[in-house]
Amino acid sequence: MTPSHRDLLLGWLGFALALALLPLALQSDFALSVASKIGIAIVFALSYNMLLGQGGMLSFGHAVYSGLGGYFTIHVLAAVNDGRVDLPVSLLPLVGGLAGMGFAVLLGWVSTRRAGTTFAMISLGIGELVTACVLMVPAFFGGEAGISANRVTGSAWLGIDFASQTQMYYLIAAWALVCVAAMHYLTRTPFGRLANAVRDNPERVAFVGYSTRLVRYQLMVLAGLFAGISGGLAALNNEIVTIETVGAHASGLVLLMVFIGGMGYFTGPIIGAIVVTLLQTVVSTYTHAWLFYFGLLFLVMVLFAPGGFASLLAGGSATLRAPGALQRTLPSLLLGLVALASLLAASVLAVESAYRLWSGSAKATLAWGTLQLDPASASPWLVAAVLTALGAALLVACGRIGPAKELA
Amino acid sequence: MTQAAIELRGVTKSYGATRIIRGVDLKIERGERHALIGPNGAGKSTLFNLISARTPLSSGEVLLNGTSLRGLAPHQICRLGLSRSFQITNVFPRLSARENLACALFWAGGHGHAFWRRLSRMKPLLQRADEVLHDIGLAERAQVSAGALAYAEQRALEIGMTIAAGAEVILLDEPTAGMSRSETARAEALIRKVSVGRTLVMVEHDMSVVFELADRISVLVHGEVVATGTPATIRANPQVQEAYLGKVVEATHA
Amino acid sequence: MEFALISLLNGASYGMLLFMLSSGLTLIFGMMGVLNFAHASFYMLGAYFAFQVSSSLGWWPALLMVPLLVGLLGAGVERFGLRRVHRFGHVAELLFTFGLAFMIEEIVHLAWGRNAVDYAVPAELDGTLFTLFNTAFPVYRGLMIVVSAGMMATLYLLLTRTRIGLIIQAALTHPEMAESLGHNVPRVFMLTFGMGCAMAGLAGVIGGNAFVTEPSMAAAMGSIVFVVVVVGGLGSMGGALAASLLIGVLQTFAVGIEWRPLAALGPGAADSVLQQLATLKLSQMAPILPYLLMVAMLIVRPRGLMGQRED
Repeated sequence: MTPSHRDLLLGWLGFALALALLPLALQSDFALSVASKIGIAIVFALSYNMLLGQGGMLSFGHAVYSGLGGYFTIHVLAAVNDGRVDLPVSLLPLVGGLAGMGFAVLLGWVSTRRAGTTFAMISLGIGELVTACVLMVPAFFGGEAGISANRVTGSAWLGIDFASQTQMYYLIAAWALVCVAAMHYLTRTPFGRLANAVRDNPERVAFVGYSTRLVRYQLMVLAGLFAGISGGLAALNNEIVTIETVGAHASGLVLLMVFIGGMGYFTGPIIGAIVVTLLQTVVSTYTHAWLFYFGLLFLVMVLFAPGGFASLLAGGSATLRAPGALQRTLPSLLLGLVALASLLAASVLAVESAYRLWSGSAKATLAWGTLQLDPASASPWLVAAVLTALGAALLVACGRIGPAKELA
Repeated sequence: MTQAAIELRGVTKSYGATRIIRGVDLKIERGERHALIGPNGAGKSTLFNLISARTPLSSGEVLLNGTSLRGLAPHQICRLGLSRSFQITNVFPRLSARENLACALFWAGGHGHAFWRRLSRMKPLLQRADEVLHDIGLAERAQVSAGALAYAEQRALEIGMTIAAGAEVILLDEPTAGMSRSETARAEALIRKVSVGRTLVMVEHDMSVVFELADRISVLVHGEVVATGTPATIRANPQVQEAYLGKVVEATHA
Repeated sequence: MEFALISLLNGASYGMLLFMLSSGLTLIFGMMGVLNFAHASFYMLGAYFAFQVSSSLGWWPALLMVPLLVGLLGAGVERFGLRRVHRFGHVAELLFTFGLAFMIEEIVHLAWGRNAVDYAVPAELDGTLFTLFNTAFPVYRGLMIVVSAGMMATLYLLLTRTRIGLIIQAALTHPEMAESLGHNVPRVFMLTFGMGCAMAGLAGVIGGNAFVTEPSMAAAMGSIVFVVVVVGGLGSMGGALAASLLIGVLQTFAVGIEWRPLAALGPGAADSVLQQLATLKLSQMAPILPYLLMVAMLIVRPRGLMGQRED
C-alpha cells in the first residue's frame, strides 16, 4: 500500500472511530441532538458542493431536493405507523434519496438548460415554485403545520427502536459515513474529473467529446440523490417535515455552509456544516441577533477569505510545516488573534446594544458575569469604540511584522 | 475517387452586415497534411470554428468523410472523429496535466459518464496519457495544475489533448504560436509523427513549419480561398506572393 | 370587459414597477457581469426609508430624497465592497451580494421589527383617477405608471443622448477599451451601480405603499425580478420590458379569475391530493404563474424572449 493510500485509509478509520465514540464524550441529549443535526448537515452540504465546488454550478434552490425527500420519507414512515407498509426504519432515508433523485431528474432537465448566472436564477425560481406548491396542496404537504410521524414503529431489530437520541445519532452517523465515502469516491472517477472539467472550462469539454449539458444534468441528479437522503434523515430525526425544509432559507443556509467551510476542498463543506450548525443551535440560545452575526461572518469571509476555512487551514498548515516557521509566525499570529478577538468583542457589544435599544426588549441591560452595561447610556458604545480602535491598531501592527502574510 | 476527409461547400459566415467568410469551397483529402495560411484577419480561425461547430454557419455546408455536419453539436462532431486545438490556450486550469489528458481520453476509451470505476484503476488509459505526456515533453510536469504551467507548456498540453485520443481528422490552430526555436522543432516532430495515417489541417504563421510539414497549402485572404496547391505552386503563385508571402520569399532566397 | 380593462391597467402599473427593478438589474449585470442579488433589498430599503421620511417630512420630500440616499448607499457598497471582491470572480461577487441581501434583511428586522409597517399612500393621492363602468382606478396607480415611465424615459435619454451615457454604453461591452481611451471605468461602474440602486429605491418609494412594506418583500420581489430577467433574456432591456409587462398583467389578471384549471383531475376522495388540485382556482395559483412561465420558457425557448443564444 502506498503511503498516500495508507494515509487515506487511516483518515477514514479515524473519521469512523470519531463518529462512533462521540456519544461517549457528549453526555446530554441536547449535545447529541446537535451532533445528529451536524451529521445531517454534513451530508446535505457535501451534496451541495458536488454542484458548486466540483461542477461550478451555483444553485439557490438545493433545499428542494432534500425537503421533498423528507416529505416522501415521512409519508412512508406514517404508512409504516399505520401498518400499510413494512419497511425497516433504518432504510427509510433511501426513500428520501430516491425522491430527491426523481425530482432532480424532472426539474434538473429544465434547469440545466442554461448555465452560470441564469442557472442560479432558475434554481431560485424553481425553489419558489416548489415552496408555493407546498402551500397549495395541504393533503400531501400538510400546509403550515407540516406532516408528522413516529419513528418508533415496526419491529425493533436487535432491540433498536430509535426511541433514544443516541440510537438516532448512530443511524445518522452510519448513513453519513456511507454517503461521505460515496461522494468522495465519485470525485475520483472519470465522471468526477469531467465535472471538474466542466467547472474549469465548459466550452472545452465539448471538444473532448462530451456534452457539457449532460454532464451537468448527471451531476444534478446525483446531488439530488444525496440531498434527498439528508432530507430523509432529517425527517426521521425530527419526526416532522414542514415547509421550511424546501424553502429559500434552507437553500441559502447550505450555500453559506459550503462557502464558509471552503468549496475548493472536499473537507470544506464538512467544516462549514459543523461551524454553521453550531452557530445555529448553540449561539442562538445566547442571542437573538445570531443571524446577523452569521451574515457578518459570511460577508467578512467573502471579502477577506473567499476560500473558506478549509483554505485558511490548508495554507496555514503548509506554512507552519516549514522548519522554524512556528517561532517566526507566533508573535504575529498571537497579535492577530488578539486583534480579531477585540474586534469581535466590539461588534458583539455594538450589535447587542443596538438590538436591545431598537427592540426595547425586556433584558434592557447587557450582562456578562458581574459586568452590567446599559445600552441607553454611552458606556457600551465607548467600550465598543475603544475595542475597535485597539483591534484595528493591532491588525495594522500585525501586518507590519510580516510573517503573518504568509498565512493569509 | 476516395472521399475527402473534410469538404466545405459554399461556406459563408456573416456577423450582421460584416461578411467574414465569403464563400469557401475546399476539399481536404484523406491522409494529407493541409496548411491554411493567410494574413491576419483573413478568417482562418473562424473557418476552424465553423468546421468544428463552435460557431454556426451562415450558409453552406461542411462534410466530414462525406457526412454532413449540419445541425450537429460540437461534442457530436468530436465523437465522429474530428479533434481540434485552440489558438488561445483552452485547457482545464485546475486539473493536473495528466488529468487534462485523461479527460481527452475518456470518450475514446469507452468510459462514457462512468462514475463507478476509479480513474486510478484505469491502467491502459493512464498509460496512454503518460505516453502523450512524454511525447509533448511534459512527463516531469504531469502532476502540475494546467493553470500553473508555463505558456509554452500549456500550448504543448493543448496539442497533446487534441491528438491523445487518436482522432482521424486533426485541426491545429497555430500550434507553435509563442514557442521558441527548439520548442517549435519539437512540436513539428510531434505533429509529423502523430499525423501519420491521419488527416491534418493546420493554421500556421511560422512559414518554415508550413513548408516543412504541408502536403498542400490553401491561402485565405479576406474570407476567400485565393489559391490551393503544393508548397512549390503556392510559392510561385504571384497573387499569393503579392497578398502575403512577398518579403518572406525574398528572405529565404537571400 | 371592465374587469379586463382595469386588470390591464393595474397589471401595467405592477409591470412597470417590475421593469424599474429589472432594468436596473439588467444594467448592472450587462455592464459589470454582476448579478446583484441584493437589488430587491435596495427596493426594500427605499420603501422603509420612505416610510421614515414621510412620517416626519411628508411623502413628496421622500420621493425626492430617498432614491438619492439609496443610490449613494449603493455606490458606497460598490466602492468598498464589490470592488474588492471583483478580482475573486463572478461567483464571489454574486455571493457578496447574496450576503448583503441577507444582512440588509436582518438590519431591517432589527430596526423596524418583523411585522409590516404602515407605509401608506399619502392622503392627497388616495383618491380615484377615473371610474370605468363602476370600478375605480386609483390616482396612485396612475402616478406609479407616470413615475416609472418618466424614469425610463430619463434613463433612455441619458444612455443614448449624453456623453456619460455613451461612455456607459461603451464600458458595457468593452470596459478595457473604454479605460484605455482615458475614461475612469471604475468610477463609471460605481455610478452605474449607484444608478441601478437608486432606481430600485425609487421603485420602493412608490411601490412600498401600493403593496406591502415588510421584511420579506425583498425576497418575494427579488425572485419575481429574477424570473422577469430570465424570461426576457439575460442582458436585454427590451426583453426585460416585455417580460415585466407580461408577468405584471398575467399575475394581475389571474388574481381575479375563479376558474379551476385542474378541475379535470377531480372529483376525488375528500382531502385527497387530486381533489385538492382539482379545486384550486387560478386566483390561488397566481403566485406561481411567473415561475411556471419561466419553466415553460426554458423548455420552449431557453434564451428568453430577446436574449442572446448561449452555447
